Order: sequence, then structure tokens, then C-alpha cells
Amino acid sequence: MKEEKYYQQLKGIVKPYLPEDISVDDISPDSHFINELNINSANLVDIVLDVEDAFEITLENDDMDEMQTVNDAMAIINKKRSSKEQ
Amino acid sequence: MEDRVVVTGLGICAPNGVTLNDFTNSLKKGISGISFQQKLKDLNFGCQVAGIPDINEGYINRYFTPLQLRGLNASGLVYGVIAGTDAWTDAGLTKAQEDEPDWDSGIIFGTGILGVDKFRESIHLVDAGNTRRLGSTSVIQTMASGISAYLGGILGSGNQVTTNSSACTTGTEGVIMAYDRIRSGKAKRILTGSCSDSGPYVWGGFDAMRILPRKYNDTPSNASRPLSASASGFVPGSGAGALVLESLTSAKKRGAKIYAEVLGGAINSGGQRGGGSMTAPNSLSVQRCIKLALKNSGIESKDIDAINGHLTATGKDPVEVLNWSLALGRSGLNFPFINSFKGIMGHGLAAAGSMECVGALLQFREEQIFGNVNIEDLHPEIEKLVDKSRIPLKTINFIPKTIAKASFGFGDVNACVIFSNFKD
Repeated sequence: MKEEKYYQQLKGIVKPYLPEDISVDDISPDSHFINELNINSANLVDIVLDVEDAFEITLENDDMDEMQTVNDAMAIINKKRSSKEQ
Repeated sequence: MEDRVVVTGLGICAPNGVTLNDFTNSLKKGISGISFQQKLKDLNFGCQVAGIPDINEGYINRYFTPLQLRGLNASGLVYGVIAGTDAWTDAGLTKAQEDEPDWDSGIIFGTGILGVDKFRESIHLVDAGNTRRLGSTSVIQTMASGISAYLGGILGSGNQVTTNSSACTTGTEGVIMAYDRIRSGKAKRILTGSCSDSGPYVWGGFDAMRILPRKYNDTPSNASRPLSASASGFVPGSGAGALVLESLTSAKKRGAKIYAEVLGGAINSGGQRGGGSMTAPNSLSVQRCIKLALKNSGIESKDIDAINGHLTATGKDPVEVLNWSLALGRSGLNFPFINSFKGIMGHGLAAAGSMECVGALLQFREEQIFGNVNIEDLHPEIEKLVDKSRIPLKTINFIPKTIAKASFGFGDVNACVIFSNFKD
């Protein structure tokens, strides 16, 4: 349940960064941020900051390098949140 | 053969009006855009009045995408995008197609410094060891060319896209640079203009130099007094003005409306010699600039009907009028009409030249010379040179044929452009 909530939250964060020809419904767990969702690589930095703010977590440089797909982001969010909530 | 250059679009985001209609109305009636600024009082500024364009969030949202609005904290950029896109629309032009830029259209849009508030925000993050939190917006909002880059992306311009910077000369210089580029056949259209941020971080240095008025904090609309004996400094302003310059061939082909023709202009510097300094102009160089502008425009001194001066309301206004008088060889009743819009909009610094060019050009459309404000006490040195009737205190009906507009800036730099009523 919690994961589904995080997923919807993440979609909301990504939405304003999508180019005009891609809708929020095109986002799937496997979507690659840059190659499939056509998100400007500079904006990926902003998505990371928005994720940090929304989930009250901090992403390290390695996390940022690994965050290529929506699933990657979900894994990082879940990991950070669960260690925070313990 | 070299093509003629005309003005086909205007846009404005000024303290005294953020649409062409409101701006025109303010200039006609002398309605001031200068107001008291609590923030400046809180920060112990000597001068606590300023000119800031009156725009709200809803208005800004019309010009920026939701993504562009995220973390947007650069007022000059906002003013520039509003004035620039409005000028483009006013010219009847549209944005380029998604897959190909408009190779014939360029942008020369200047500023003094961009995104000062954004830069301050960034400095705090960097100093706190939090550089990674800057995100992607800090660079594009604080690079000087951020304004031309934003406009270039919005409009899809494929010609030269650049930002010029020459202090208070910036806007007028940009018009002449755009004219040169079109004239030489390198572009068909240039969106030119300039913008300047609002706020204490831009204006503080001027307050420290004690060149802003301090006696009018309770009477803001009286603070800016160009040409008057009681002028005691310039009122800090901000905003943006924009003009679409276009080759006559292109304008005719599109059936565009034409505000005026740009006959030519001149840009020079006094080299901070011969009385010129970082902050004061070399008078000889000012006179040369005006004379050269006439020569480059193929007109004579007697052809000038009206002058829109730089006239900031410091103690230097009489020197400027003397320079006009000497350069044109005209004085007394023979002097052209002269006005300064700074009385109602303050000194827009890098934005001054473009906002005032827009105002000067509107005089052709309105067939009027807009009146001056706050000169019940005309400076005696100026009265010796120019008959009072040439300095209208109210807007007068007059069909100008040729208007000279000049701007002068820190660094001893000058620009003078000549506009004329368009005749085929």
C-alpha cells in the first residue's frame, strides 16, 4: 500500500518535467527518465531535489547516478524511507 | 542594396504600465509609477521610493510554463519575457514550428545583471555547503544571457541570440545593434530590448553612492525631477522594453503595421578622458555621438522635431541639455521639443533605454509629444539654453517627423538612435 502511494507521489513529481508529447499516463515502473520519458537531463537534478523534499530523504551522489528509471527511483525511496521509519 | 529598417512591434513591462495601452495612458497623463517601498525602509535605505512593474502571479503564469515557473526568482527575466513576447505578438509574429527554428529572426536583449535574487538564494546554499541543492535553475536565471536564451527558446529564434550590456545605454545600444544586423542583411527581424531586476541588491550600490533622492520618501510621485532645479538624484527603477526591428521588405511582405523607421544611430565612448569618468560623460563624446547619429541617418540637425533625453534627474541634466544644444547647433525657441520619461517611471538602469524607446515611438502613433512632470522649477541653466515652450509640462498634440533618443551609461558610454515617421 505504502509503495503504491509513493509511486503515485513520484508520478506527481515527474509530471511537470514531462515534454508536451508525453503524458503522465505514459509513465510505467520500467520507464527510463531520459530515454523514454524524454526528460531533459538537467531537469533530472530537479526531480531528485523534489523527491528529497517530498519524502524527506537525502540522495547521495551514487543514488543519483543509479536513478535511471522510475523503478530505480522507487527502490531508493523505499530503502531510504524504511531506514528512516525504523 | 541595403534594406531599410522599420519597427513593427512594441512590448513593455514598466513601472507605469505593463501593457502598451496602460503605458501610453500613463505617458499621456503623467501618471507616476513610482511608489514607496517598505522593504527599502526596513533595510535603512536613504531612498525608499522606486519604480517596479505591477504584475501579479496570475499575469506571470500567462507567459511561463509550469516548469519554467518552478524556482523562478529573477524579476528582470520575468519583465523581459513579458515585454519580449508581447512585442513579438504585437508585430503579428508567431513562434517557430516545433521541428525547425526561424533562421531569419534573432534576439539582442540586454541587461546589466540578471537574477540577483536567484543569485542571492544560490550564495546562501553554497555558503551552507549545500551546493547540490541549487538544482538546474540557478545558472539559467543568473547568466547575463539568460534573458535572450529564454526568449530564444520561447520564440524559436534561429538567428543570432545574444545579450548586450553597457549599463544605462544597454537598451538604446541594442536597437542600434539590431538595426546594423538587419541593415547588413544578416537577419530579417531582431527582437531587441533590455531588462533590469527590481530590488535592494540592484539598487543598494546607487544608494551608497548617494545619487538617489532622499527627501521624497513621503511623496514618491514627486521624487523623480528631471530638468528641474530641485532634482536631487535618480529614482531607481526596473522593468523591460522590447521592439521588433524588421527589414522593410519583410515587413511589407507580411503586411505588418509600421510604427516608425529606424534611420540610423551611433554608439561611442568618451574613453573616461576629457572630463569623462566611470560615472560622468565626456561631453565632447556625447556631442560626437549625437552628430554621428545624424550623419549615419542622412539627416540634418534642423530635421529633429523632438528629443527623448537620458535626463536622469541628477545634477547633470543641464550638462546633457547643453550637449544636445551644442551638437545640434540649436537653442531657445529653435530647440526641438525635449522630454524625459524618468519623471514617472524612474531610471530603469539597463532597461531605461528600451522602455524609453518604446515611449518615444508611441509618440508617432499618438501624434503627440508626451509631457514632463515635476518641473515647476525648470533648472535656470536649462532655461538659459532652451525656451520653456520646448519643454512641455503637459502632453501636446504634435505630429513628429523625426525623434532622437539617446542614453548614456556608466563607463562613459553613449548611444543615440534616430527614429522617423515612416513614409514609403
